[in-house]
Amino acid sequence: MPSLNDYLLVSGLLFAIGLAGVVLRRNIIVVFMCLELMLSAANLTLVAFSRFNGTSGLPDYNGQMLVFFVITVAAAEVAVGLAIIVALYRAKQTIHTDELVTLKG
Amino acid sequence: MSQALFWLFSTIMLIGACAVIAFRNPVSSAMAMVTSFVGLAALFIGLSAFFVGMIQILVYSGAIMVLFLFIIMLLDLKEETKRATNGAPLFAGLALVVVFFIQFIGVLGHKLPNQSAPELNKETLAAAATQFPADGKITGALNNGKLPDVHLIGHTLFTEYNLPLQILGVLLLVATVGVVVLSKKSSASENTPS
Repeated sequence: MPSLNDYLLVSGLLFAIGLAGVVLRRNIIVVFMCLELMLSAANLTLVAFSRFNGTSGLPDYNGQMLVFFVITVAAAEVAVGLAIIVALYRAKQTIHTDELVTLKG
Repeated sequence: MSQALFWLFSTIMLIGACAVIAFRNPVSSAMAMVTSFVGLAALFIGLSAFFVGMIQILVYSGAIMVLFLFIIMLLDLKEETKRATNGAPLFAGLALVVVFFIQFIGVLGHKLPNQSAPELNKETLAAAATQFPADGKITGALNNGKLPDVHLIGHTLFTEYNLPLQILGVLLLVATVGVVVLSKKSSASENTPS
């Protein structure tokens, strides 16, 4: 049986990879996908804690409820975010973060 | 879940995640992301969170990634060309990740309590059945030594989390209306002569 530390290590690695992607990539859609990776890493932590901190013989379902809500909110977030990206592309004809410098002082 | 399966699926997940940021073509990134999410769903199922694993595949690998692919193909993106990397942001970004990871190793250096998962066998499940109504489906399944994951989630969702569930419904409605407004406004402003 893998221990709780194994799960935390894997989810931390996933989070770090997602963070690296957000910082390093210039394509805004890939940046957005890496944000989803970071959310999933948090989900893995939540499910692992829910399984390992079971109450009275069952997994702690409050943790899995939070995962359920996170996934739903992520779906709504993706829909709105992609609509914003499409609007941005229509206005600027680019989605590379290097060329989106309108707010730069 | 056995140790070997755990490492197999976490390797699939991590390689998929690395491929997301390594591929230059956004379509390849999206497909790598699907691989990563399937590995993650397998980890969820190994943690006996069957419902969460299934909605991870259905919602993330299915709906959300199709939406991503749809937008990538709609915008007709070219492969990202190699461009001169300016050193300072790159270094700052990598330093951020490394610092995060060192901090993380420090946290994992201490052994957390509850290192082994509680057993979910016939006796413990039957013992847990006493907190639910005696004639319900949950009690029946628990007494048979099965974990009625979906029933338990539904039970929690509609008793303890009823108000958040309804707020979530409002949130989804707002998101839907917001997406329609966002995509409509830009096309309307292009059409009207200014």
